Amino acid sequence: MPTSVLTGSRIRQHRLDQGLKQADLAKAAGISASYLNLIEHNRRRIGGKLLIAISEGLGIDPQFLSEGGGARVVTGLTQLAVDADANIEVERVDEFAGRFPGWAGFLLAQQDRINALERMVGGLNDRLTHDPVLSEKMHEVLSTASAIRSTASILMETPDIAPDWRHRFHSNIDAESRRLAETSAAMAAHFDRLTRRDDRFTTPLEQLDAFFNSQGFCIDAIEQEGEAAIEKVLRSSETLASTSARDLARSRLEAYAKVAQAIPVHAFLTQARGAAFDPGVLSMQFKCDLPTIFRRLAHLPAQPDLPEIAYVECDSAGAFLLRRPAPGFPMPRFGAACPLWPLFTALTRPNLPLRDQVRVPDGKTFDAYAIAVPQEDAAFSVSPTLRAMMLLVEAEGDYADANAVGSSCRVCPLESCTARREPSVLHVT
Amino acid sequence: MGRSVLLIEDEPNIIEAISFILERDGWTVRIHSEGVTALDAVARTKPDVIILDVMLPGRSGFDILRDLRKDETTADLPVLMLTARGQTKDRELASSYGVSKFMTKPFSNSEIRETVRALAEGREA
Repeated sequence: MPTSVLTGSRIRQHRLDQGLKQADLAKAAGISASYLNLIEHNRRRIGGKLLIAISEGLGIDPQFLSEGGGARVVTGLTQLAVDADANIEVERVDEFAGRFPGWAGFLLAQQDRINALERMVGGLNDRLTHDPVLSEKMHEVLSTASAIRSTASILMETPDIAPDWRHRFHSNIDAESRRLAETSAAMAAHFDRLTRRDDRFTTPLEQLDAFFNSQGFCIDAIEQEGEAAIEKVLRSSETLASTSARDLARSRLEAYAKVAQAIPVHAFLTQARGAAFDPGVLSMQFKCDLPTIFRRLAHLPAQPDLPEIAYVECDSAGAFLLRRPAPGFPMPRFGAACPLWPLFTALTRPNLPLRDQVRVPDGKTFDAYAIAVPQEDAAFSVSPTLRAMMLLVEAEGDYADANAVGSSCRVCPLESCTARREPSVLHVT
Repeated sequence: MGRSVLLIEDEPNIIEAISFILERDGWTVRIHSEGVTALDAVARTKPDVIILDVMLPGRSGFDILRDLRKDETTADLPVLMLTARGQTKDRELASSYGVSKFMTKPFSNSEIRETVRALAEGREA
């Protein structure tokens, strides 16, 4: 099975794998065989009780039939297998995640831990190499140890040493050993300060990413109290470990609070449903600029009755500043994304709103909206600093001529893509 | 007067230990503890061997070594470099400047004694 497919296709594949007849599974789920047939061919949406009934009929966890949590696990495992660069059956990742959800979750958790430890080692290595305080202390420790060793050897190797020299060398060892103790304590204190200053050794942007993903992109306190709730939200977060990350999050939350206060979420949701979540229409209805509407849509709650919404912001170098992935539209955490995203096209045409329809490899289609805007007022002979934003809203229907895009080349099955910069590792069946 | 060593080092107890070891081995040990005037001390004392620390007040041992090698009167003078920084890049830098021997702290007394003897006799240290 491909690494990411629609719910109906998953049900069909699991049923066939188990040798179950369509009629038998339909009976177990309490529906007709013809209705199950429509579901399996993705012609009827499925969720809630019926999804649970079908998953019970198949004897698997419902999350591995849905395109939500299960798809995230599958994407995570695929990335893990790719990074391991080992002979792993990537094409069977869906089967593995479905049959052994506990092990799959455990593997991902272990990988997260390995990533965190690797970043910690990298951070410590940088500090040992470049930290002037540590370098000076290390030099002092070695010089002191050298004096102690040399002096102690003299005392051992020179039995006929004169008493005044013996006394002198004893004094030297005493002085140097005290100095060694003080320097060692100073080094330990320095390490302690470093640890307290930045105890996770992740970058501020990574902590910001983790913060929004743990909080959800719609934060009740910000929606209700606006800017007044920012410090409370920051204090309650265990994810933002460093001052830099908290400063970054504060700036993001300030922008979010402005949007939330200008356009309250409940009023906006009603209008947005009526406008099919089209930011162009909403921009006119609310008399707001497009970036504000993009951000309002990016901070909507994830609800079963809303379409999937993904959002990403990047700078002129294409580095992600904020990303809200959607189950059907995964985004790489590290490394470069698909160059075909309208996000990057927008960077070449500042201030020009772009609209497109895109199809991801599992067949799902999205309405894509993108715009790049300067961060400063225009000035002669000064190149503006651009920030691009892209919003993806799950499409209601199917777009026959939607442009194919992926997540990133390494996990993209589109072999004939002209924008491909490196081979994919996926074995597509 | 016997053979002499110029010890360019700023750690008092290391100076005392090395001086004691080498003087018992028959060397005249002269001390200089400052980086900026180290070349003047070399010109004044005309040692047979120099023991040179890397981290000195005012001037790095690497810079002193480079200037010693530029001057034809000291270009071939044996220089034993002592450092607490044993990193590969430091060794490579010292080697590129023409160091005779590179030794990291802490060192053993016999190692210092043997190395200075070998350098003075023109042997491979």
